[in-house]
Amino acid sequence: MTVNVISAGIATTIQDLGRPGYYHLGIPMGGAMDRLALKTANLLVGNDEGAAGLESVFVGPELEFTRDVTVAVCGAELPPKVDGEPRDTWTAFTVKAGQVLSFDFLKSGARIYIAISGGITTPVHLGSRSTYAIGALGGVNGRPVQPGDSLPLGKSSKTVKDGISVPVALRRGPSNPAELRVLPGLYWHRITEQSQDSFFEDTWKVANEADRMGYRFQGGRKLEFVEREQPFSAGADPSNITDACYPYGSIQVPSGSEPIVLHRDAVSGGGYFMLGCVISADMDLIGQLQPNMPVRFVKVDMEAALAARKEQAAIMDEIRELLS
Amino acid sequence: MSSRYTFGGDEHIFVEVDEEMSLEAFFVSLSMTNAVRNANIKGVTEICPANASFQIKFDPDVIHPDDMMKELKRLEAQAEQGENVLETRIIEVPVYYQDPWTYDTLMRFRERHQDPSATDIEYAASINGYDSVEKFIEAHSGAPWFVSMVGFVSGLPFLYQMVDRSRQIQVPKYLRPRTDTPRQTVGYGGSFSCIYSVRGAGGYQMFGITPMPIYDPEQSVPYLKDFMVFFKPGDIVRFKPINREEYDAAIAQVQAGEYMPRIRNVRFSLSEFNADMDGTNAKLMEALYDR
Repeated sequence: MTVNVISAGIATTIQDLGRPGYYHLGIPMGGAMDRLALKTANLLVGNDEGAAGLESVFVGPELEFTRDVTVAVCGAELPPKVDGEPRDTWTAFTVKAGQVLSFDFLKSGARIYIAISGGITTPVHLGSRSTYAIGALGGVNGRPVQPGDSLPLGKSSKTVKDGISVPVALRRGPSNPAELRVLPGLYWHRITEQSQDSFFEDTWKVANEADRMGYRFQGGRKLEFVEREQPFSAGADPSNITDACYPYGSIQVPSGSEPIVLHRDAVSGGGYFMLGCVISADMDLIGQLQPNMPVRFVKVDMEAALAARKEQAAIMDEIRELLS
Repeated sequence: MSSRYTFGGDEHIFVEVDEEMSLEAFFVSLSMTNAVRNANIKGVTEICPANASFQIKFDPDVIHPDDMMKELKRLEAQAEQGENVLETRIIEVPVYYQDPWTYDTLMRFRERHQDPSATDIEYAASINGYDSVEKFIEAHSGAPWFVSMVGFVSGLPFLYQMVDRSRQIQVPKYLRPRTDTPRQTVGYGGSFSCIYSVRGAGGYQMFGITPMPIYDPEQSVPYLKDFMVFFKPGDIVRFKPINREEYDAAIAQVQAGEYMPRIRNVRFSLSEFNADMDGTNAKLMEALYDR
């Protein structure tokens, strides 16, 4: 009862919904960057929402199965194929023992989530199977998936309807330009009023340094800092602070030039000021941004952030109802 | 000191105790985070103390951010009445200063350094006014350190030296971060030492290496069987200079599963320390070495 990895695609890792509770030790929550996509893929194949699946970036893996399984691929538009025959994303389909699941070229988005009935059952580390390669936790012996790996599968408990699909209206991907809503805060007061405006006025582009730890953005005007004598232990650059915790979604701008939004595998702290956070409702979207994509940051207040969170939760509830 | 409270998105509250580092600010961070833990507030998911600040992560579906903010401010009043006394442990961490492995690594990244003609430790000694590296090592290992934060990556401790501000070593980080740092490198950036728990990128100056494992996800190291991360905020550390022979012997012990760090339980009072720093540190050394 295994899935055999023939080729690994790009940065393919085992992910579930992560391991909260250890961030104070520098171990991030990890888990799927696009949580809605993983949860939906799991529900489509009859798994618990938090079962472990595969996350791939831009290029999917080639997988061979040793038993009949149900598979669903959600997130990016990276069309799956079974023995070369096309299948739909966001849709449950059968792969028979001996057949090979592979992928066509990327059409939109960045990350796919492959759920397999029964889920992947590699060992649990600190409550999760999510791969955190820096700390050698989860995954396959603490690392991403490689060709030749045999991934164990659990028993599927629920029979599912082959061909069941999530309507397009419930699938979420970034617009063009993508919009990420931001709640200003943290060290917001460190930049000038003019820079507080320019950050939201400018269109940024996703840089090549974009991974599970964080996404870097380029192209907007450099941020200017309010003058001050740097506090003891903060470091000489005006963008430095006394090393502190970094919230998930926090936006640091080293030397004021290129914003970095920390994601699920965030470094838990460091010495750069942060101007606020991307709101929780928009974190999933970041996982679907490709390099060079234009992005606008949109200023919101707490009320709007909580309303957006509710809206996302309602969409998830609708998907649950549809697939229950 | 007046703490500044701010939201980090809709899931975090970030509290800056002070803009600058001090043991006072660190103790407030530690007692506040302990108070939050003891209060068992519904919806709290992560409690993260840092050097002079701390952060609480919560689920806004369970507790409204404004209510979470009120709870924290209510706890601050209580935590301020704390005695600034800590029951903790002191640990000897052996350090092979100027070892060949961090030397090889620093030579690969000279173009990212402030002074490509000097090693990291030569540079640090010189800009802090020491006339030799030996004297600098004496200062770095001569007074103990507080673990004031664990983080960045898995189990990496930041340490702040227990001396008055005039004796604090200050060294800028690399101009551009390295892409490689050996595991268990003893580093320095700003006014903090650190020990790199895993191999990887880093911007701190590299002074040496310890043979003592501090992070073990496989938990095969005997003293990491209970938990894979060794350090916690509030630990006190004494860096003990060792030579190549002692380093090799310690590594052999680690490999045989026989290495045990020297650890003693101690009681630390911040007010006693402020009244007599050298005297308090001497007592800590007596406790560590059973004198």
